[in-house]
Amino acid sequence: MTAAGAQPGSLEELATRPGRETLLAALGRRSLIGISVGFLAALLLAPVAVVFATAFRNGFQVYLQAFADPDTQAAIRLTLLTALVVVPVNTVFGLAAAWAIAKFEFRGKSLLITLIDLPIAISPVISGLLFVLLFGMRGWFGAWLAANGISIVFAIPGIMLATLFVTFPYVARELIPLMQQLGNDEEEAAITLGAGAWMTFFRVTLPKIRWGLLYGVILCNARAMGEFGAVSVVSGHIRGLTNTMPLAIEALYNDYDFTGAFAVASLLTLLAVATLVLKSLVERAGYRRR
Amino acid sequence: MREGQPTVLPGFGLTLGFTTFFLSAVVLLPLAALALLAASTPLHQLLDAVASPRALASYQLSFGGALLAACINLVFGFIIAWTLARYEFPGRKLMDAMIDLPFALPTAVSGIALTAVFANNGWLGRYLDMVGIHVAYTRLGVILAMTLIGMPFAVRTVQPALLEVQRDLEDAAETLGAGRWYVFRRVIVPAVLPAMLTGFTLAFARALGEYGSIIFISGNLPMKTEITPLLIVIHLEEFDYRGAAALGFVMLAASFVILLTINLLQAWGRDRMVRRGQ
Repeated sequence: MTAAGAQPGSLEELATRPGRETLLAALGRRSLIGISVGFLAALLLAPVAVVFATAFRNGFQVYLQAFADPDTQAAIRLTLLTALVVVPVNTVFGLAAAWAIAKFEFRGKSLLITLIDLPIAISPVISGLLFVLLFGMRGWFGAWLAANGISIVFAIPGIMLATLFVTFPYVARELIPLMQQLGNDEEEAAITLGAGAWMTFFRVTLPKIRWGLLYGVILCNARAMGEFGAVSVVSGHIRGLTNTMPLAIEALYNDYDFTGAFAVASLLTLLAVATLVLKSLVERAGYRRR
Repeated sequence: MREGQPTVLPGFGLTLGFTTFFLSAVVLLPLAALALLAASTPLHQLLDAVASPRALASYQLSFGGALLAACINLVFGFIIAWTLARYEFPGRKLMDAMIDLPFALPTAVSGIALTAVFANNGWLGRYLDMVGIHVAYTRLGVILAMTLIGMPFAVRTVQPALLEVQRDLEDAAETLGAGRWYVFRRVIVPAVLPAMLTGFTLAFARALGEYGSIIFISGNLPMKTEITPLLIVIHLEEFDYRGAAALGFVMLAASFVILLTINLLQAWGRDRMVRRGQ
């Protein structure tokens, strides 16, 4: 390890490592930093900048007009509604799963953890495909649903289900390792001293895991609002009805309405930046991913 | 605590029951539907879907492109992780926070934005066009989008491993007369190799399944720039559920193999850490 408290490459650190700052080392350092900055500028900064440049290229008025479009407004509403339903459901699931897995020993636990993580490894398109196979016109329950006049695929329930699937692990995978590491002692003490189950959860467990929970919720929300592939497969792309914001971007883009497409994209880019800022704040509050 | 040993904590039945039920309803039942449909499809029909020339061309692009993108990320991810872990410079913290952008940015946004930057009249595309390199609507564009989407995995796995390399060992090696390159090869690379391979595999897996950021920049020409996930979507749009399920099954099988590889790599990494006494 380096000398205590010294930042890598800082003056204090160099003082403890004499003879390191040769011309060659300085040259190497500069070129490696240059390569990193160049790579990230081309791949990350330029795309983010182009989103705003294109959205505002015809002036602020035109930018605002893009949001006056009723289909775009409907897409924004649907995205917010989806996140509003999916994120709380997956948060409750994550809390329940983490409680069962971290607090108790049982057979098949590692299999359960693997299965919870599974949706992350599956292509978004396949996640959507699964629900079409179940609820689509020629799917398992297709005939029954049609007979009873219920539509899931090409309707809002399908969008919710597909989003639920892709964001399924986000809260659970933050909480499980965190709660495993924190142990059971405090909860056991609370129960022994006569606290009820819910009181123990709200007064003992929840304050301990709050940053991890918030971290998981932030990531879950970002994915829920931004999901494209899975939702695209089940949505049916009915404008004003089943288009979420990412799908509205695609529709506008394919209509060559670039200002409109990039205007909606600019909102989602702001969401991504807000997600990263919140994530950094939670990390600064002392939360470390495990 | 062992199984069967009494604990005072409540809620085991409720939470495990809810977890298992919800997992089965949301994840396992849909997966079973895919597996059963693929299994019940007559073999010749299955082969037609899985081994058609168009499907084979899409595998070549999806698997080959993901492999190339993962290789690019192996090199650049290591350089970025090294820069972040070893050097202090203005803007380092910002750069560190920015690495996760591809996680947070919706894929449709990165798709249209990359296309705008790398189109022949785009900010960077116009200069590449002058030297005869076309990125948008070619296989190169597909690989570029795959690289972007996998980059955070390559950086975020190697970065903590680099921070854990004992610099005493590097100093000792240099004191004993080893050159920088020798120290790099014999001290640093062995210590971070499991992390590098894990990052490589994660980046590969993510690129293989990626859809949103690729379809805008690829141009989607059958046999040329058509990825397998897009071919699945096309089957679905034609209501060919069996064809879609067959291709989905191939992709799913690949995901399972990758997942297994990642678990093995991580076990190997932990094992090495123990043996190296870190």
